[in-house]
Amino acid sequence: MRMQGSFIENLPKIYGLYTGGFIVFILLMAVLEQMGMAADTIGILFVGFTVLIYAAIGWLSRTMQVDAYYVAGRSVPPVFNGMATAADWMSGASFVAMAGGIYMGGHAYLAFVVGWTGGYVLVAALMAPYLRKFGCYTVPDFIGTRYGGNTARFCAVLVLVVASFTYVTAQINATGTIASRALHLPFEVGVWFGLLGILLCSMLGGMRAVTWTQVAQYIVLIIAYLVPVIWMSNKQGFGLVPQLVYGDAVMRLGELETLHQVGVLTPTEAVPGLRALTVPHAAAGTSALDSWRFITLVLCMMAGTASLPHILMRYFTTPSVRAARQSVAWSLLFIFLLYFTAPALATFTKLQVLDPNLATGIIGKSIAEVTSLDWVRNWSEVGFLKVIDSNGDGILQINEFFMRGDIVVLATPEMAGLPYVISGLVAAGGMAAAMSTADGLLLAIANALSHDLYYKIIDPKAETKTRLVVARVLLLVIGAAGALVASLKLTGILGAVAWAFDFACSGLFFPLVLGVWWKRANRQGAIAGMLAGLIAGTWYLYMVRFAGMDPWIGIDHLRFGIIGMPVSLIAMVVVSLMTAEPDKETQDMVDATRIPAGSSVLSSSH
Amino acid sequence: MNGDQTTHWRRTRGLMWVTLAIWFVFSFLVHWFANTLNGMSFLGFPLGFYMAAQGSLVVFVVLIFWFARTQDRIDRECGVAEED
Repeated sequence: MRMQGSFIENLPKIYGLYTGGFIVFILLMAVLEQMGMAADTIGILFVGFTVLIYAAIGWLSRTMQVDAYYVAGRSVPPVFNGMATAADWMSGASFVAMAGGIYMGGHAYLAFVVGWTGGYVLVAALMAPYLRKFGCYTVPDFIGTRYGGNTARFCAVLVLVVASFTYVTAQINATGTIASRALHLPFEVGVWFGLLGILLCSMLGGMRAVTWTQVAQYIVLIIAYLVPVIWMSNKQGFGLVPQLVYGDAVMRLGELETLHQVGVLTPTEAVPGLRALTVPHAAAGTSALDSWRFITLVLCMMAGTASLPHILMRYFTTPSVRAARQSVAWSLLFIFLLYFTAPALATFTKLQVLDPNLATGIIGKSIAEVTSLDWVRNWSEVGFLKVIDSNGDGILQINEFFMRGDIVVLATPEMAGLPYVISGLVAAGGMAAAMSTADGLLLAIANALSHDLYYKIIDPKAETKTRLVVARVLLLVIGAAGALVASLKLTGILGAVAWAFDFACSGLFFPLVLGVWWKRANRQGAIAGMLAGLIAGTWYLYMVRFAGMDPWIGIDHLRFGIIGMPVSLIAMVVVSLMTAEPDKETQDMVDATRIPAGSSVLSSSH
Repeated sequence: MNGDQTTHWRRTRGLMWVTLAIWFVFSFLVHWFANTLNGMSFLGFPLGFYMAAQGSLVVFVVLIFWFARTQDRIDRECGVAEED
């Protein structure tokens, strides 16, 4: 125990050294690049070196103790838990696709930015401190104990698996994409390499190992995101804090959109997977339906945030209830650093492409000139962008330039003429983002299955050693299943990251919130709420996405939580009121959950 | 449940509603009127765009830090805080 204590006290020093070491590594790569090392080698070194470090942290954190495996021994200080949560939270999609989404989608896409940050207000005010006080190992553990009975527990496991598995295949897919590009492996091999890295971080040490690797991954990903943006903005004369001063650039884009007739000129041909820019950057929709679509997406993402088990379980690891609350605040601060930079990056990149006064501007230049640019050639080769002279006038118009949104983060360093070392850094950052989220998700699923399904439902007499072996075997199996699905490239069919949030909020939001805030909520109500919400949401998703039904008032497949949540709420309230109120013991348990003082509801080794 | 606990839960509930009211304004209300707000300028940004790209986010961060501090004070004053 003394070792553990001194390790916690030394955390700032350890991660300070780690950050310093990483910066030295970046500088070393920069020097090697100047000395003529090949770009490919730099990419391999960046990804290989960082993944090795994570694996080493995972190995050093190995454990055979139940509370270390499930909740990192409940000893993670709020600031570090904040960093770990931020890495857990920011997926490959946040890192690679968010800026690109804003570039292509303009104001409407910012609903994700608002939704994926504001959800933490719900986490702090409604959930995290109470779940921490409860003392559970997993989210279904709370449902199972608060409402009692294996059926409720099983329903919670079901929702958790549906939501998290949807999410994790996308993450393994992202690690595979990055690993295959940086290490020059076929995608199918890259996926398994990515999984290997993910398992090395989580298998031996469970939550403890994932916590300390996620902190390391946060440091890499935030450096990798901020350095190119700040460098680029400095180069363009916007200074070192571009996030505060890009208002002029936004205004300028408005003028350029008129000049280039964005939204007036629409593409005359379709390129699969790529899009031409047709949406204005800052202008918001004018109709009530546009506003409705914006806020419904915001609501689904926020309620989903507050129901996703891999996020909630991070707050089980803090030493106290107070620390859990502070930790939510730190988490959002660390997430905010990336999320308020993404719109700035999208704006700068778009300005570079559209502004004819800048050397980098390409719209309005001759086709021949544009297609001879290095970055256009490189990214055309891998199918990320395409230039088609649709009207045959030899000049590039806005509706003749097709690209994938991901390019905004991946190719910007090249567009702006930054050295290759920056591209290597960005690859390492994307890998860190995707790996850390996949780790958290896999652990959430495996823990729910091993703790709630195996130990609590199937074999309550299992010994500690058996439980931890089962937990690890499940981690392997689920990881392999995720990688298999990813390698089959089914993720396009399985759909968007947004679905995970919709599944989670449809099934779990109200059973979790009302478990703390409404004493009258009982087992029958919770089961009805989870099942009705999940079924209604899934049915609606199926109907609009695959059965060709017209969405009701703009509620498309990204927003099916808007259908699932009210169904869940109504089912839960009605069924609860129609059946007997919870017994005295349960009501006392809720009272104990509501105050920070006193021992946790569940004992420390349940 | 003793008197202190009743007071504590009443104040906790009050704080929760205040927090959610602020959250509601910056999550939904301002974005509903984004198009109107874009007619105004803030720090050189169109205001509707600014709120979605940055303004609401800043409010959320500050709100949670404030919430954590206020809740902690309530816990202490009602005598139900954890021991240090």
